[in-house]
This record gives sequence, C-alpha cells and structure tokens, in this order.
Amino acid sequence: MPLDEQKDLEVRDFRIVGKRPLRPDGVDKVTGRARFGADMTAPGMLVGRVLRSPHAHARIRGIDTGKAEALAGVKAVITSADFGEVDDDLVDILVNCMAHEKALYDGHAVAAVAAISHAVARKALKLIEVDYELLPHVMDVDAAMQADAPVLHEDAADESVPDGMSKNVVRRHEFGHGDVETGFAAADKVLERSFKTEASHQGYIEPHACLASMGPDGQADLWVCTQGHYMVRNTCAGLLGMDASQLRVTASEIGGGFGGKTTVFIEPVALALSRKAGRPVKMTMSREEVFRASGPTSSSSIDVKIGMTSEGKITAGWAELRYQGGAFVGSPVEFGAMSAFAAYDLENVQTIGWDVVTNRPKQAAYRAPGAPMAAFAVESVVDELCKHFDLDPLQVRMKNASSEGSKASYGPTFSKIGLPTVLKAAKDHPHYSAPLGPNQGRGVAVGFWFNFGGETCVSLNVNVDGTIGLSVGTPDIGGSRASMCQMAAEELGVPYEKIRTIVADTASLGYNDVTDGSRVTFASGLATIHAARDAIQKLCGRAAQIWGIDEDAVIWEEGYAKPAGENAGSFEPLSLAEIAATAANTGGPIAGHTEVNADGAGQSFAVHLVDTEVDPETGAVKVLRYTVFQDAGKAVHPSYVEGQFQGGAVQGIGWALNEEYIYGEDGRLQNPGFLDYRVPVASDLPMIDTVIVEVPNPGHPYGVRGVGETSIVPPLAAIANSVSAAAGVRLTHLPMSPPRVLKAIKANGQG
Amino acid sequence: MVQVQIWGSLKAMTGGEGELQVEAKNIREMLDRLAEAYPRLKPQLARGVSVSVDGKIYRDAWFTPLKPDSEIVLLPRLSGG
Amino acid sequence: MSQVHVSTKINGDATEFLCEPEETLLDVLRDRLGMTGTKEGCGTGDCGACSVTLDGRLVCSCLVLGAEAEGREVGTIEGVADGEALHPLQKKFLEHAALQCGICTPGFLVAAKSLMEQNADPSEEEVRYWLAGNLCRCTGYDKIVRAVLDTAQEMRSA
Repeated sequence: MPLDEQKDLEVRDFRIVGKRPLRPDGVDKVTGRARFGADMTAPGMLVGRVLRSPHAHARIRGIDTGKAEALAGVKAVITSADFGEVDDDLVDILVNCMAHEKALYDGHAVAAVAAISHAVARKALKLIEVDYELLPHVMDVDAAMQADAPVLHEDAADESVPDGMSKNVVRRHEFGHGDVETGFAAADKVLERSFKTEASHQGYIEPHACLASMGPDGQADLWVCTQGHYMVRNTCAGLLGMDASQLRVTASEIGGGFGGKTTVFIEPVALALSRKAGRPVKMTMSREEVFRASGPTSSSSIDVKIGMTSEGKITAGWAELRYQGGAFVGSPVEFGAMSAFAAYDLENVQTIGWDVVTNRPKQAAYRAPGAPMAAFAVESVVDELCKHFDLDPLQVRMKNASSEGSKASYGPTFSKIGLPTVLKAAKDHPHYSAPLGPNQGRGVAVGFWFNFGGETCVSLNVNVDGTIGLSVGTPDIGGSRASMCQMAAEELGVPYEKIRTIVADTASLGYNDVTDGSRVTFASGLATIHAARDAIQKLCGRAAQIWGIDEDAVIWEEGYAKPAGENAGSFEPLSLAEIAATAANTGGPIAGHTEVNADGAGQSFAVHLVDTEVDPETGAVKVLRYTVFQDAGKAVHPSYVEGQFQGGAVQGIGWALNEEYIYGEDGRLQNPGFLDYRVPVASDLPMIDTVIVEVPNPGHPYGVRGVGETSIVPPLAAIANSVSAAAGVRLTHLPMSPPRVLKAIKANGQG
Repeated sequence: MVQVQIWGSLKAMTGGEGELQVEAKNIREMLDRLAEAYPRLKPQLARGVSVSVDGKIYRDAWFTPLKPDSEIVLLPRLSGG
Repeated sequence: MSQVHVSTKINGDATEFLCEPEETLLDVLRDRLGMTGTKEGCGTGDCGACSVTLDGRLVCSCLVLGAEAEGREVGTIEGVADGEALHPLQKKFLEHAALQCGICTPGFLVAAKSLMEQNADPSEEEVRYWLAGNLCRCTGYDKIVRAVLDTAQEMRSA
C-alpha cells in the first residue's frame, strides 16, 4: 500500500518515544570494542598508500612505475591506466580518485601501491617517477571567473552558462519570483553588501579507512567507514566494471562524516589494488591526506541586496553567490541560492548562483551544503538594516517569517513549518534579554534546511523468544539505532531492551540512500514503523489462525494480539513472545518489511542566539553564551536531538571564528593538520543550551523532522552579527580570526 | 492539464516561460511531456529534479498522482550532507 | 632483522612484542597487539584520540615510540572497565549521551580518568582545560563536560 494512503501524522501519547534510554551500541563505544574503519584486519593483508601530486596544476606527461614494481615486498602498483571506461556520471569521481591527464590540485592522487608493510609502501611511492609539466593555477573563486584565469577544463560548462565567461564558470543557477526592482523602489532603505567565506573541512576525527578484498572470481568484500555503503557499492562497482551483486560492502562504525563521507576517495583504489595483487588491501588516509585530498567545503564570494521599510518589512531580497567547488563541477551554490532567503516570506526575491572550478580538492557536502555561507550573508544585511532602523532583530524576523502558506523563495508553498514557533521561543527566552557588558555583543540568526527522505529498506525479524532483530541500511552517525529501537518498541508494544538494531551490509537489504539530508530518523524511522506494522499484521494473522477466527477480528494492543471485541470470541490475549514461540507451526518465521522511497520530509527551521566578547587589543573572540532553538517535529530521543543542535552549532563556531584552508602562492595547502587548522576545543566554549521546539511534520507518523543539518546554518551569521556588535564594526569575511577582527577594528578607527 | 513552475535559470530553456502547462496525470507523464514540449529542458531533467506537489517534496516517485489544481514546482534534486 | 624486543605491562598484564625502532606505541597497540580501542585521528599529537597513560601519565601514544614502553606500565581504554563492571565515567558518558559517533570517546575516557585521579573536585573550567587536548567534532563538548562533572560528584560521594 503506498505510504501516502496510510494515515500520516497521528496524535498519541508515547510510551518510549520521547524518552532517553541508553543507546544499544553505547557500551561497545565506551569500552573500545566498537570497530571503526581502520579497526579491521584480514589474513595476508597488504598496506595501500597513494602517491599524490605536490603541484596545484600540472599536466602528467608520464608515470614510470617500474622501479616501484621491482621493489621487494611490493605486490601491486596502479595508475589511471588500471581503470577502464566508466559511465558519464562517474567520470569526475574516477578522475578525482586517480588523476588522468592532469593533476588538478595539491594532493590529487596520481598512483597507488600495495605492499607488505607501511615502510615498504612508503619506499615504493618514492620510486614512482612522475613527469609533470607545471601549469599556472588559480585558487580564488572570483579570480577563477576572470577572463585571463588559468583554465582547468575546456568543456565543463553546460547550457546554463552564458557565452563569453571564463571556462572555469561551469554552472549558473537562478531562483526567485516577483520583481526585485519594484520591491527596492518601495523600500525606505536598500542595503547592498559583499561577503567572503573561506573553505573549511568537516573535520571528522576518523580519517577515511577501508579494507578491500577481491578474489580471483571477481567477487569482493569491502569494509569501510562511510555514510552510505550502498552508494559505495554502486559507485565502486561502476568504477571497477563489476556487477553490484559481486561487491558486498559492510559499513563499519563511522567516526564522523558530516557529509564528507558521502562519496568515495580511497575505496575504488583499494579495490583496484586488491584486484591486481590478489590479496586484501587496507588503506587509511593520514590526517594530512584528509585535509589535502578529501572533500572540504566551498569558499564563497557573495553579494546581497535587501530593501526594508522603516517598520521592518522586507520589500525585496537579491543575492549573487559565487562558490568554488574545487577542481570539478558541483559546488553547492545551487542549494545556497535556494536557501538564502527561505526564512522570509517575500513578494520579490531573486538569487543567482555561479558554480566555479579552481585548483583545490573536489568539494564534498558539509552538513546543509551551501546554506551556511548564504545565511551568513543574508542575515548580516538583515541585521544591519535592523540596526539602521533601530528595530528588534527577532521582531523583524517574525514580521517577515515564512509560515504555512508562504511561497518559498525557491518555489513551493510551505505546508506546516515551525519557524514562527521557533522565533517566539527565542524571543521569550531569558537569554534574549540578559544584560551585556563592555566589548560584548549579541547576535541573532535564522537557519533552514530542506531535508529529504530517500530510498530506504528495513527488515524486522521476530525471534523465537520474542525478541526483535531490526536491520536497517543507514549507517548510524548520530545515535539513530537508539531511535529505531524506540520506534519499533513503541509500535510493537514490547520493551526497548528486547530490540536489537544493526546496520546490515549491502547483500542483506535492498538499496538504501546515503545517511545524509537529515533523513535517517525520518526515513529509516518511518520505514521501521511501517515494518513493525507489517509484522503486527502477520502476528495478528497467526493469532487468528490459532483462535480459528477471522484476521479482521484481531487487534494488537501493547504487545498483545487480542480479539477485537466481544463478538470475536473470548480468548486470552497472546503476547508477541507466545506467538513467536509457535511460529514454526503456524506458517514459519515472522518478519515485517518495508521498501520505500520516502517522501514528505519536513523542513527544519532554527534560530541561534549568541553572545560574544571581543578583545579590542588582540581581536580574539570569546563565546560567552549560546542558545539553539530548533524545530524537531517530534524528538524521538531528545538527548540525541540536543546533540545534533550542539554539534552543528560548534562546527559553525569553528567555521565562523578560526577554521580556514590556507594556500600558499604555490597553490599548496599550508595547514593540513589540526594544529593549524584550528577546530574548537573544550576550553574555547561555554555550555551550548538547547530548546527543542516540536511542530509536527504531517509527512511522518510521529511528526519527525530531520534536525542534523539545520544546526550548522545559523551559527556563521549569528556569530558574525554578535562579533560585529561587540567590535563596533561589521565583519564581512569569515573566519573572523583575531588578525581579521583586529584589522577591522583598526580600520574603523577604534584601535 | 497541470501547471508546472520552473526555476529561474530554466526559463532560458523555455523562451522565458516560468509557468508551463502540460497534460499529465502523474509525475512521470509530466516530466515526459515537459521534455517533449521543451527539448532544451532535457539535460536538466536527465540530471534529475525533485518535484514539489502541494508542498510535499518527491525525489523519484514517477507515479505520484497530480490533480489539475495541484501546485507543482520543479526543484533541483535535493540532497544533503 | 632490526626489530626491537620490548617487555612491558599493558592494563596490568605482562606483554612482550617486537617492533621497528621508529614504530609508535599507537601503531604497536593497534597493528601488533590488535588493541584497536585506541584510535589514530592525526598521528601528530593534536587530537588526543590516541590517549593512553604511561606510568600513570596521560600521553598521546602517537608521540611515544613502541620501544619506549620497555619496563613501563601502559594504560589503555581496554583497561578502564573492570571486567564486566563499567567505570563510573563510562556509565555517565552513556547516561549523558556524551558520545555520538564515538571515535573520540576512548581518548576522552582515558583523559578524564586521569583527571579524576589528579583532582577529585574539578571546576567546569578545569575540566575543559584538562580535556582541551581531546578533539570532538560531534558533540560540541557540552554533554562530555557534564558527564565528567557528574562523575566527579558521584565519585566524591561514594
């Protein structure tokens, strides 16, 4: 039965959903037993290592691997020649994993070896001779758009790009409705500002790691830390010319992803090495490789123009966003352009996005990709307009807020959304009216993410002793196994402890989309609920048989099959365990399934409030107080919802204050390590307070909205607004590291 | 007949039209009819779109029914991180 | 063969191994002894995921050579629990949801246990500065700090 036809949101009292039980995989993680990407071994395993270009842009005239192959202990050496033709949609991924004619960034993989030890592998890499012809490089997004910029690809632009632009401009996007010029004419003040953000990295603590094992018959196993093992299977099968069924991928526990592990880097290389060597190959990225050669975010250059009346009504919003996505098509400028004004109900709005290539690593998603930079730019201008008219910033957001029935800046009409409720929660909160001291400032910003559902399969098996085995296909990156157990327990009416959820490998379930898009609690949750209901139907059917009555005459209540009413007969209720015990006699094993393409994901809106203090002598910023207000629809496990709010906020703090990719004149990354790529540490931060708002999503049986991504959207803006207030000068370039803040203070004549 | 809204940068492929009319009962038919009527939309449609129907967003569901008064908006294919 | 023979004690158990002179204690633990609870996050002493104790002192095992373990006592995450009985820190981490992906958790637990042994009544600031050498990217540290403070309080009243 299509999910649309079933009842969607139901209002009910929950027994276990909404509580905070201990997560089922927790003990393994606090004892070191849990196995992550680099924690697996295989007999005869080799070590794989990658040779990477030291040049930002170079033609590869030839690669001589002879000496490396001859070194004792080396079992395989590969280059792009070891990969065949692939489908068009995989070409960029393949070239990023192993350079073809050109090295396109510092760190771009050009060859790889498999050897009996790290030491031999390192020696072998040094013996590979690559003949590079250096080419001029370009690193900055605006510089790459200039007519005289060095060109990366001759033919990457598509039909959306107007003639006459630099070949590095590969896509143009536009969204909006109404007429912005009319809107500006109706404003009492029109403000136009430009902003820049530097590239940052998701910063997951676990480097990429995998263990590939291909047999002589072409069948392979891959153990890998990933956000999407089905995606890895399909992509690697495509890149290696295998059938999907020949490759079984198992998702290890994953030590952080945030979008950076939604693609492949070393996995196809490990498989190709294993194929050539005929032995298992384990590959890990060093931290330096992670920074140089996995997928950081785009850096951006954004112009925003907003018109407002003196009463605080926004009459028009316009933005032009320029993002560089590294050396390949696909920066998230499209999402940036779509989300920039999403929080505002505007008659006149227009956003234009340019996707630009540069000699940097291929970008990968970072939690709400494209949105944080856009929100920074828009919310900064709204903030400045509020100050200009001396209006309360939350009041202005409330006056212009998108709500049910508003036409979104990206097109559709919003159904029920939580923005007005979230804004009110922020306005009423004591943080908003707490006093501030000298050199302190408060910042406010709104954020939004679309969320989506995606393809999801769940299998729920009833064990003979009445316990439940739940198999899902979405890697658990934030504690989702706890939520799945809760939802299954809620439906079945059995204790939470009787349910065990595992993340099954690709051979055990149908296709599952990647864990991203804040989709797991929504989509795997929805699928779990429906699989449980499927199992319940079967359990009721067994009870009906045992009692000799019609299946329609049996209901399920709190873990028991019961006759539906007096007319059905007076039978003692049968517990799930009792029915399970006789499953073999009544028809065989009992299981519920769902295979679905889940639609109806609900957007999640957030407001962040932050107080900072700026040291006018050093430009250093201290975060004093931070409160996150976000709509979760229905918080299945509030602790893990709070965790998403706090984690996203702190990543945003790092991005706003310190984190940036620093390239030298030579196009080489200067800070590929945690010492100089400075992420927030415990002593930088206060507690991050959270307020969970629940405006249920009509598209989910419990009202769940994904929350994982929205939390990184407001912080850049909120902190910029706070620091600008504290420093007495508007900051427009992120990160607001001490030198930048100090420079702005001095330029403003206050130093 | 259904009305389909397309986003700004696609208007260049439809001669400036932002609201398109096609005969379709579901998403698959709507996309096919659009490709026939506006061949320059084909590359984007091939790359993939999400479709919002009365505020609910669908990524790939071909047989989602469309009513004559449905609000239908084409969007770039949504994903996340 | 130029490997070094090392005799040491790990989590109270006498242990012997062979290793290259340049191998780190982290590599030895993970690759030679199969003790994968200690994690590599950076290899340069910046993230704390490889935290262990060496003669009771908190160190990054990626900055210690395997050979340096000779005659000393190493404490790893695998030794924090007492058999089946979880350490109060481990229980509190679970109760407070002080972990999401869990990759930094072993390092944090070793570091926090070391703090508990030095200071039974740390302030929030002291906890934050003691743990400043352990990076976490998922939690924003809030629930970790709460778990450690709660544990300290519980252990004081025990």
